[in-house]
Amino acid sequence: MFSKLVPVPSGSLIPDRDIGKSPILECINLGITFGGLKAVEDFNLTIGRTEIAGLIGPNGAGKTTVFNLLTKVYQPTKGTILLDGHDTHGMDTIKVNRAGIARTFQNIRLFQDLSVEDNVKTAMDNQMTYNMWTGIFRLPSFWKEEKTAHDRALELLSIFNMEDLAKVRSGSLPYGAQRRLEIVRALATNPSLLLLDEPAAGMNPSETAELMENIRKIRDTFQIAVLLIEHDMNLVMNICEGICVLNFGRIIAKGSPADIQANPAVIEAYLGKQKEA
Amino acid sequence: MASLNLSLKKMSRTSRRNYLTYGLVILAYIILQVMHGSLSSSLKGMLVPICAYVVMAVSLNLTVGILGELSLGHAGFMSVGAFTGVIASTCFQSLIPFAPLRLALGMAAGAACAALAGFLIGIPVLRLKGDYLAIVTLAFGEIIKSIFTNLYVGLDSSGLHMSILEDKTNLAEGGKLIIGGPMGMGGIEKISTFTAGFLLILVTLVVVFNLVNSRAGRAIMAVRDNRIAAESIGVNVTKYKMLAFVTSAALAGAAGALFAMNYSTIVAAKFDFNTSILVLVFVVLGGLGNMLGSIVAAAVLTILPEALRQFADYRMLVYAIVLILVMLATNNPVLRGYLDRAKSVFTGKRGKKEAA
Amino acid sequence: MNFLNFLISGISLGSIYAIIALGYTMVYGIAKMLNFAHGDVIMVGAYICFFASSSFHLPPALGILAAIAVCTVLGMTVERLAYKPLRQAPSLAVLITAIGVSYFLQNSALLLWSSTPKMFPAFFVLKGTAADGAETVRNSLQLFDGQLTISFVTIVTILTCVVIMAGLTAFINHTKMGKAMRACSEDKGAAQLMGINVDGTISMTFAIGSGLAAVAGVLLCSAYPTLVPTTGSMPGIKAFTAAVFGGIGSIPGAFLGGLLLGVIETFAKAYISMQLSDAIVFAVLIIVLLVKPVGLLGRQISEKV
Repeated sequence: MFSKLVPVPSGSLIPDRDIGKSPILECINLGITFGGLKAVEDFNLTIGRTEIAGLIGPNGAGKTTVFNLLTKVYQPTKGTILLDGHDTHGMDTIKVNRAGIARTFQNIRLFQDLSVEDNVKTAMDNQMTYNMWTGIFRLPSFWKEEKTAHDRALELLSIFNMEDLAKVRSGSLPYGAQRRLEIVRALATNPSLLLLDEPAAGMNPSETAELMENIRKIRDTFQIAVLLIEHDMNLVMNICEGICVLNFGRIIAKGSPADIQANPAVIEAYLGKQKEA
Repeated sequence: MASLNLSLKKMSRTSRRNYLTYGLVILAYIILQVMHGSLSSSLKGMLVPICAYVVMAVSLNLTVGILGELSLGHAGFMSVGAFTGVIASTCFQSLIPFAPLRLALGMAAGAACAALAGFLIGIPVLRLKGDYLAIVTLAFGEIIKSIFTNLYVGLDSSGLHMSILEDKTNLAEGGKLIIGGPMGMGGIEKISTFTAGFLLILVTLVVVFNLVNSRAGRAIMAVRDNRIAAESIGVNVTKYKMLAFVTSAALAGAAGALFAMNYSTIVAAKFDFNTSILVLVFVVLGGLGNMLGSIVAAAVLTILPEALRQFADYRMLVYAIVLILVMLATNNPVLRGYLDRAKSVFTGKRGKKEAA
Repeated sequence: MNFLNFLISGISLGSIYAIIALGYTMVYGIAKMLNFAHGDVIMVGAYICFFASSSFHLPPALGILAAIAVCTVLGMTVERLAYKPLRQAPSLAVLITAIGVSYFLQNSALLLWSSTPKMFPAFFVLKGTAADGAETVRNSLQLFDGQLTISFVTIVTILTCVVIMAGLTAFINHTKMGKAMRACSEDKGAAQLMGINVDGTISMTFAIGSGLAAVAGVLLCSAYPTLVPTTGSMPGIKAFTAAVFGGIGSIPGAFLGGLLLGVIETFAKAYISMQLSDAIVFAVLIIVLLVKPVGLLGRQISEKV
């Protein structure tokens, strides 16, 4: 009866509702060295099916490098990444995305000259089946799949109330809207794990509040896990169920928001060591 | 009428522009057909080359404007198409008496062989970036030129014979040497017509527009705009780059076959680096990704040296100066500002009209 | 002995490519543009030197100096008038402008000097008097009982190339202007903020590149004396290839790429096929780029994610 239960690894942040289900992501002793420099080392993390997790740490701690390892922009030099129980060893960025990881970028990377809608539709390429000739001759399956993609793109854009911007050139959107579009685009690939790299950067407090709502909404609607890098502690402490703190490429703390806020190692990493009185 | 108006409004800006392009091409064809009697003989002689260059420009725009990679060897694909196209149509000479069908077969063969060449050269090309990619396309164009300059192909009753460097075809009685090394191809059947050229332009536009406005086109442009992001959403970058590159090569091959069968003799040196550059000039002047611009630029700039005939020896100098001045003017920030303002006034007015 | 002969003439041809490629690579490194008009500056240099000696009867040294001076000014003028206004423009616009300049130079030459080939005078000869009092002209060195013939042009070309390479390396590494050039090639914005005159540096780069092109023009036409308005085109394309071969933007790369290209071309002509030598050269280039996508000595710049 309970044979499907997966034992929870130590230090796991998995929230109660995900216990009993296999985790979506497991990193085991993950590491990468750049010419002798250990950018990330002994990185162990487990993320539950529908968890919102945070990855924080001072600048240069290796947070984005972790994202790059997970999405295979860099091939890890050590360790294992299990996505939904499957080893992603040997996969490239494209395959990892098809296996279920989608991401946004710290420095926004939209397809600037494409419209908002086309940015989203491009991300659905892996769900489309018609071939080049069908496209050129405009055969029925072209119209059918394009219609489906169009409807779905508008539906996804409506999460952020962006349907009206569908025809706008994405490069001319305001900064905050560009960040939101990147999230929609990532979602359009049907991921099971969404990686957000500083989603609130450059947003004002009301935009950030809205973003928090929407991240929760995305998790609830699509039942996916979210791992986010963020410097806005208000956002992190409010929506993350588990937090992992990185410094100099190593995890220095893991736990619930309350644990992290009270953790002396974290305070030291952020504020520096206090002189003993 | 009202429903037509409505559907025009519903249409996206791009598809409106695509229909405008089709419309203008068809209109130009009709006008030229009506005026055919009154055209000067030199202009008449240029109709087919203009069609070929238009196809070259549109197809190169697919590589440079849509895929965003600089190609300096597009004439190489034209060359492959020209030579294989003529060989194919010569082979079918006795089998198919109907010339237009032979021409179509020649263009199809040219397109197929150029596509194959595009695939082969695409393997090294698509691993490279920017200027390194450009130099490989340049190298490819030069290699093709050297090979065809030293290739001998003949046809006799026992089939096709081929040799390189020296004529070892040893044709039987009544055989025909199709490619004679540095002498190129002689005695080509002149079966290209303006109508065939017009149809090839239409086919090219359908292929390019429909490709661009489909999942493949979106993916190709996504790779152009941001390769890393495209990979992150699972777009198969190599596949789509190759697809654009091969399609572009195939269309250039068809253009080459059309071009070659407009002349009785043609040499490989005709399709050299300068021709590649000429087509690139059409694309840049017409605007990257702007197919109508490419068509207009190709037509105007093919006629221009002819129109400058009154300047006699100075015409290529004038051409060079015009080219430099146009580049300077279109990239001048002050002038650009005026242009953009003029554009926004124009579109703004049109927007109001639509609302009313 | 044949092999040695071919090797030496290959190195000589390669030296000319290397000198032209240096101009390409410097301009690319600093202005980030492919200056397709560079090959035509070679042609202008050769014509100037030709007329200096044939019409004005100047000694060769002065003729060469005149060619260098004219080409330097030409290079700077072209940069000022045609390229500088396009500094913020997309690179393709600059490329097309460079092609326009190339057409302009070729057609100006055609109008000024006609398409009739000019026979470039032999500068690098030793004049002597034979035992019977007749004047003798020697243009080459005979070694090993005449088994190895090295023309003076070859010797001068190779030596010039080595001197230029050494001088340029010293200039780039040890002078203030050289430092400014390196800074501009890394990051023009930052260089400007550090008080470097970026416009002046780019202008200087064009001056040096064009001066080198004049030298290459004289050497090229001394070795292959037929001079026509399109003389510079093919060597220009080959030198561009050589620059990419060695890794565009890299000065030692241009030197190495030029030499290798010359040697490969000569060997291909000698041992494989005269007519297909160009195809072989370009095929080798493609293969090299397949193995090393940024050329032999180029730097791999990876995009930060």
